[in-house]
Amino acid sequence: MENFKIRWFHWAAPQTFYPLAGRLWPVFGLIAAVLAVAGLYLGFFVAPTDFQQGEGYRIIFVHVPVSWMSMVIYLAMAFWAFLGFTFNTRLSGMMTQALAPTGAMFTFLSLWTGALWGKPMWGAWWVWDARLTSELILFFLYMGYIALTSAIDDPRRADRAGGLLALVGAVNVPIIYFSVKWWNTLHQGASVSVTKGSSMAQTMLWAMLLMALALWAYSIAMALYRVRSIILVRERHTQWAQEVAA
Amino acid sequence: MIWESWDAFWAMGGYGPYVWGSYGVVLLCIAIEIFGARAAQRASVQSVRTMQEETDHDATS
Amino acid sequence: MSAIAAVLQRDLRLAMRRKSEVLTAVFFFVVVASLFPLAIGPEPDMLRKIAPGILWVGALLASLLSLARLFAADYQDGTLEQMALSPTPMPLLVAAKVLAHWLLSGLPLALLSPVLALQFDLDSATMWVLFTSLLLGTALLSFLGAVGAALTLGVRGGEVLLSLLLLPLYIPALVFGSGAVEAQMVGMGYGAQMSILTAMLVVAAFFGPWACALALRIALE
Repeated sequence: MENFKIRWFHWAAPQTFYPLAGRLWPVFGLIAAVLAVAGLYLGFFVAPTDFQQGEGYRIIFVHVPVSWMSMVIYLAMAFWAFLGFTFNTRLSGMMTQALAPTGAMFTFLSLWTGALWGKPMWGAWWVWDARLTSELILFFLYMGYIALTSAIDDPRRADRAGGLLALVGAVNVPIIYFSVKWWNTLHQGASVSVTKGSSMAQTMLWAMLLMALALWAYSIAMALYRVRSIILVRERHTQWAQEVAA
Repeated sequence: MIWESWDAFWAMGGYGPYVWGSYGVVLLCIAIEIFGARAAQRASVQSVRTMQEETDHDATS
Repeated sequence: MSAIAAVLQRDLRLAMRRKSEVLTAVFFFVVVASLFPLAIGPEPDMLRKIAPGILWVGALLASLLSLARLFAADYQDGTLEQMALSPTPMPLLVAAKVLAHWLLSGLPLALLSPVLALQFDLDSATMWVLFTSLLLGTALLSFLGAVGAALTLGVRGGEVLLSLLLLPLYIPALVFGSGAVEAQMVGMGYGAQMSILTAMLVVAAFFGPWACALALRIALE
């Protein structure tokens, strides 16, 4: 057990994590590219036309994955924040910060693709249904985290304050989702669902899953790449960093 | 292949602007993110070099 | 216990010396509630329908105004560090400060709400539900808001940042608080919404000061 702990903390040091991340991100990038090609091929050249929605439904092969990832990344941020508070490792805060921009981007894309899917299908660019409204609130949560960590000059304080915010946010997300759902059903809002009416063909599900995994691999690659920049800036006074940069 | 022609593919049964508007923006955002991350890495490396020059300068002056 | 009472008394006494701060939030609420009919039109039916939402959002924004100052003065003059070092657990002292904040902002807003409800032609039963929902709701907002205030302590542009941080977290309170009033207006029971609001308040009162104390320690390091 002691050995396991020592080995784990060995990798948690920025100095050792930097080269590890450097070797890993291209691997995940490649996985993402391969999965995306497979998913898009399945989605555009194999999956049949939808009975109700025509060809427009093919947006879901990117809308659903970005929505899922926007939530997964926020949970990952909360996870790293929790690790940071438990073990007081500096790397945890850096990973949380590295994940945030990608998560915010996916949340924005979820709203954008959702609007472009909604306009032809239900006639409006925006509907106040539970999922879209929750996604909008999640976007605000991401923006809040990024704004807070950017505004604090001291990196350690920024990490810890942001981490606490991410944890409080993560705890609140189910409460927010529940209250939005309740609000929506009470006011008889438009009920939109991905699989409205028809059950999804197998190929459609597979395409969505492949795209979701592709984006997941992409997020990991991007976070590993980004954390290296953060590490370098924070450790720029150390010998090893200066040797790497030379 | 389920498409009669490339034209049909791009038209997407009339939903072309919506479908390609979605995928286009996704690709654009990913491209911006990748370029931004690469620029950030270059800036980080540069800031380390600047710090090294400063400490060398302080040490020798 | 005496430390808690001391903190509470001190905050109340300090606020009384600068009454303008308390009154600003109250007048903000009044002005906002008056702006909407001016913007939308004077039809009684429509105003009655939108009243719960407007009054709740107005109270929410007004209580946000005074949050930034919750810890700022104590942070600057070193009292906050003293509180962190004192033998009394920090969460208890934080709870005392939050209680003071609520007494100075939330409570006046709730007390004022029936008067503003008159502008929207709400009946007395609805006014009563509005008052109760704001009484509980503003307390919930104070506990949540304290965490935000602690996180943004001494940060550049902290006030606007505070609003951005807190608004997503405020949404459940807003939904159930105004939902209770609306339920009363359409003749359905407000019991469910009020119970959920109370439950959220209890949880926030328990965990909020603890999270807030942690945020203050982060800010003080």
